[in-house]
Amino acid sequence: MNLTSVDQRLLNDFQRDFPLEPRPYARMAAKLGVGEGEVLERLADLRCCGAVSRVGAVVQPGTVGASTLAAMQVPQDRLEEVADAISAYPEVNHNYERDHAINLWFVTAAPDEARLEEVLASIEKETGIPVMDLRLMAPFHIDLGFDLS
Amino acid sequence: MTIDDMDRRIIEATQAGLPLTPRPYHAVAETLGVEGEEVIARIQRLLEIGVIRRIGAVPNHYRLGYTANGMTVWDVADDQAAGAGRDIGGLDFVSHCYLRPRRLPQWPYNLFAMVHGRSRDEVEDKVRRMAEVLGGRTCRHEVLYSTRILKKTGLRLVA
Repeated sequence: MNLTSVDQRLLNDFQRDFPLEPRPYARMAAKLGVGEGEVLERLADLRCCGAVSRVGAVVQPGTVGASTLAAMQVPQDRLEEVADAISAYPEVNHNYERDHAINLWFVTAAPDEARLEEVLASIEKETGIPVMDLRLMAPFHIDLGFDLS
Repeated sequence: MTIDDMDRRIIEATQAGLPLTPRPYHAVAETLGVEGEEVIARIQRLLEIGVIRRIGAVPNHYRLGYTANGMTVWDVADDQAAGAGRDIGGLDFVSHCYLRPRRLPQWPYNLFAMVHGRSRDEVEDKVRRMAEVLGGRTCRHEVLYSTRILKKTGLRLVA
């Protein structure tokens, strides 16, 4: 994928500091020395080609609703079937196969704890395979901006 | 930290993406039946209290050529986990770093850190640097590469 220099800066410079003001794209354009229309056009293209998933809010897990990382050890010959069953839940928003004995890893988010547990229990029951619930205990990466100590 | 129903509706309306129109907050406000300034003020507060981590362009690593996605997992003594987490969470190439429970005997790892690279070699280099940073605080680790993305949507609060 060929990115223009404006694309690169749109991707690099505004992951955290997207302007919170009435005309954010105009502010970005001023910083980049281009027009507001060009910023909108480039972002639309980047989203369209998949380089940008979205321009929006990243919610801190565990602050609103309930979510967890779950993992399962699925026999290879059942992987497709089990993965499809799990992905069918609207509460499941990431589902990855990883090269490990514990090979299916998915993130589940629900409006509340009760629903989250219901979904995990339902997946276990439907597939007959135990689900490891690896609940977040503490976040450390810097873009969270708070210290745990 | 308290959020009300309108905060929740604003989060839902914005986490899937802000509209690419000149006044995106006002466009969101219109769909929710409030003023644009109120949406901006509420998002500002949600950022301040940490419910929204950030607003911005969310790049798709995979599409940008970072096709090696390694979930590194480390077995770190519980009493050293917070310091270890801060140290590797502070590395600029670590996109996410979390402490999670072990599930013994099948799962001994408690510290998770995501590393992206253009190749597995690049990820392995980064993992070596992480191992150096952790030193004797970890006794074993593994890297779980994703081999298939079976589903991926933004984290949504409500289905």
